[in-house]
Amino acid sequence: MTDHTPALRLEGIVKTFPGVRALDGVSFSVLPGEVHALMGENGAGKSTLMKVLGGIYQPDAGKIFIEERETEMRGPLEAKANGVMFIHQELSLAEELSVAENIYLGELPRKSFGRVDWATLYSRTDAILEKLKVGFNARTLVGDLSIANQQMVEIARALTVDAKAVIFDEPTASLTDAEKVVLFDVIEGLKAQGVGIIYISHRMEEIFKMTDRISVLRDGEYRGTLNTAETNEDEITQMMIGRSLDISRNVEQVELGPVALRVENLSCGHLFEDATFEVREGEVLGFYGLVGAGRTEIAETLFGLRKPTSGQIYLKGEAVKITSPIDAIAKGISLVPESRKEQGLVLGMNCRDNMTLPQVGDLTAGPFVSDGAEISIYDQYRDRLSIKSPSWKTAVGNLSGGNQQKIVIGKWLSMQPEVLIVDEPTRGIDVGSKSEIHNLLRGLAKQGYAVIVISSEMPEVLHVSDRIVAMYHGRIMREFCATEVTEDSLIQAISGIEGTAA
Amino acid sequence: MADQAMKSLGSVLARQGILVAFILFMVSFTLWNPRFIDIDNVFGVIRSSAILGIMALGVTFVVIGGNLDLSVGSMLSFSAIVVLDLHENPAFGPALAIPAMFAMTLCLGAINGFLIGYLRLNSLIVTLGMLSAIHGLTLTYSGGQNMDIANQNETWFDVFGRGEALGIPVPVLIFLLLAAFLGIVLAKTPFGRKVYAVGGNGTAATFSGIPRARVVFMTYLISAFCVATAGLIQASRTMGAQNTVGQGMELEVLAAVILGGASLLGGSGTIFKTVIGVLILGFIQNGLLLAGLEFYVQFVVTWIIIILAVWLDIATKRGKLWSPIA
Repeated sequence: MTDHTPALRLEGIVKTFPGVRALDGVSFSVLPGEVHALMGENGAGKSTLMKVLGGIYQPDAGKIFIEERETEMRGPLEAKANGVMFIHQELSLAEELSVAENIYLGELPRKSFGRVDWATLYSRTDAILEKLKVGFNARTLVGDLSIANQQMVEIARALTVDAKAVIFDEPTASLTDAEKVVLFDVIEGLKAQGVGIIYISHRMEEIFKMTDRISVLRDGEYRGTLNTAETNEDEITQMMIGRSLDISRNVEQVELGPVALRVENLSCGHLFEDATFEVREGEVLGFYGLVGAGRTEIAETLFGLRKPTSGQIYLKGEAVKITSPIDAIAKGISLVPESRKEQGLVLGMNCRDNMTLPQVGDLTAGPFVSDGAEISIYDQYRDRLSIKSPSWKTAVGNLSGGNQQKIVIGKWLSMQPEVLIVDEPTRGIDVGSKSEIHNLLRGLAKQGYAVIVISSEMPEVLHVSDRIVAMYHGRIMREFCATEVTEDSLIQAISGIEGTAA
Repeated sequence: MADQAMKSLGSVLARQGILVAFILFMVSFTLWNPRFIDIDNVFGVIRSSAILGIMALGVTFVVIGGNLDLSVGSMLSFSAIVVLDLHENPAFGPALAIPAMFAMTLCLGAINGFLIGYLRLNSLIVTLGMLSAIHGLTLTYSGGQNMDIANQNETWFDVFGRGEALGIPVPVLIFLLLAAFLGIVLAKTPFGRKVYAVGGNGTAATFSGIPRARVVFMTYLISAFCVATAGLIQASRTMGAQNTVGQGMELEVLAAVILGGASLLGGSGTIFKTVIGVLILGFIQNGLLLAGLEFYVQFVVTWIIIILAVWLDIATKRGKLWSPIA
C-alpha cells in the first residue's frame, strides 16, 4: 500500500429519518488495495450508509470523496459512473436473461439502428469471466446458475467499470465453504488490482481472515477504525454493542408453569424438518438462526398458515391440528409476524381499528361494532405498552416503527393468547423502543405467558430468552439454556459447524 | 407564513380536489346556462342517476375490498332481460319473476366472487371476461330479441321505475334507502371493517384471522344484488329492454366510485362519497347536454374523468403529480 490517497473517503455523513438519526457524523476512508470491514449490529446504520454511498439516499450533511475528489451521489447510475460498485446480499439479477445480458444490462453494446451487438457483448463478457475463473460462460442463463455463481455474475458486473471501490454486503451469507474459497480468491484479485473494498459481514472468522482494517458503527455513530492485526473479537464486539458481551441478564427466576406448547417431529417439506421443542408458561424460548433457516416457517405452521407434512403439535398436553389463522387464534396462539408493514398492519387504517382487527367480530353491540368496547381495549393497551400516538384516529402508517410494532403486539396481547410468538420483534426499530420491547417481552413471561421469540440478532436473543433453540438449514441443531450459552457455541450451531445435536 | 398558507391550501386541494373542481364546474355552468340549477333540472339529474347510483353502491364494496367489477354493465342487461321475460312467462308472472331474476343475478356474482375470492384470480381479467360471457348469455337467452311487456296496463310491475312514494320517485327512494343501509353496513358492522382490512392489506388481514376469500366473495354478492335491483328498476321504467341496455355502464359506475374518492388500490372510500361521485358525474353529463354537446360526447368525458380521478388519487398518495417510483 504505497499509494496513500484513499480510494473512498467519507466525511461527517449525517442522515436522519423521522424519529431516527440513522447516521450521525460517520467518517472513515478506504485505501486502494485494502479490504476494509464495516461492522455493527443490525440497525447500527450499515445499510443506510451503503444506500448513501449508492446514491439511493441523499445525506443531510457530510461529503463523499472518490480519490480525494468530492463527489455527489445523486443516484445509482452516478455511483457506478464514479466507480463505486455493490455486490448485494440479495441478488438483483434477471433470471430469464443470459449472464452477458445481466452484466451489461442497460448498456448493451449497439450496432446501427439500435441493434444489439451480440458478438461484442459475448466476447467482452467472456473476457471478464475468464479473470474470475468461473465454470460458466456469457450465454448461460442466470436462472440456471447456483446462488454462488449468480453472485459471481454480480461481481463480474462490478468489473465492467473501472471500479475504485467495491462493496460486498454479507457476500458469504448463502455460500458453501468451497464457494467461499473462490469468493475470497476473487477478493484477493481485486485487492491486487488496487481496488478499495468494503466488506460487510457478521462473521468474525471471515473478518479476521480477510480484512486489513475494521471500522465499527453503533447506533448510527462511527466508533472507530482498528487494524485487524492489532485487535481481537472481544474488542470489536465491545465496540459494536457498547459493553463486553455480558450474558448474565437480570432474569429473575420465575416459577415456570406447565408446558403450554409442545411440538414433536414437526416437518413442513424441506422448509424445516423434525422440529421438536416445548415452551412453558412463564418462559421465553428464543429461536436463533440465519435468514432462511426455517424459523419463520415453524411460526407460520403453528399459526395455521402452512400445513405440516408430518409431526404433532400439543397445546396444554392435548394433540391439536391447526388449520388456519382463525383456528390458531381460537386455540390461543398469536403471531406477531416478521414483517410489520406487510403482514402486521393495515397501514391506512387507524390505530384502534388495527389493534382490534382480529376480534372486531366479537366487539359488537347488536349488529354493530361497539365504539366503546374498541376504544376501551385500545386505551388499555396504549397505556400498558406506552404507545405514543396523537389519537386513536391516527393512521398507523404515520407512527414510528417502534410504535407501529407496539400496536401489533397490543393487537395480539389483547387476544389474551396462551402462546405468543414474536417474529423479529425489533426489526427496523430505533434503539430506545428496542429495549422497551425487550423489557415488555420479559414482563410478559413473568406474567405467565408462554412466549416464543424469533430473532436474527444475537444480543436480542441472548437478552430476552430463557432457552435458545439454534436452527440451521431447516433443522434444530442445539438447544441452549440461557445461563450456559456462549456466543461461539451459538454461532457454530447456526452455521452448521457443529453438526451434531447435543 | 405565506409558505404555510400555500401548503395548507395545497393539502386542501389534494384532499378535496374533486369537490373543488365540482363547485367550479357547477358555478361556471350555471353562469353559462342558469337553467342548470333549476330545481326541476336538479331533480331530473338525481332521478336519472338512480340506476347508475345503485350499481355504484355495490361496486364501492368491491373496490374498497381491493378489486374491480367490470361485469356490472352486462349484468344489468342480463337482469333486465330476464325479469321482463319471466314477467311475460305465465308460469312466473311478476311476483315470481323478480325473486327468480335476483337469484340468477346473484349466481353470476357468486361466480365472480368464487374465482376472485377463493381462487385468487385477477379481478380485472375475471370480470372483463364475465362482461363478455354475460353478454353472450343474455343474447342466447333472448335469442337476440328485445323484450317488451305486452299488456302494460295490466301489471303493477311499473311501480319500481315509474312509481312515486311520498312525492319521491321510487327509483330515487330505493337508491337512498339502499345507500343508507349499505352505508351503515360498511361503516358500522364488523363485516364492513373486514372489507376495509382486506382491501387495505389482504396479507395483514389474513394474518389477523380474517377470512379474506369469504369477504371478497361477499363483496361480489353485494355488487350483484345491487345490479339486480338496478336491473329491476331499468326494466320497470321502460317496460321493455334491449340486450345492450347496460352496455358501457361499467365504466360510468367505476368513474362515479373513483370520483367519490374510493382508491383503486383498495382500503378506502365510503358510501356517502360514492353518492357524491354519482351526483357529480350526473351533473357533469347533464351540463354537457345543456351546453348543447352531443350525447355521445359523454363517453369521452367519462374516460377523461376516470383518468383525472385516478391521477389525483395516486398524486395525493405520493404527494407529487409525478414520481418514477411508487
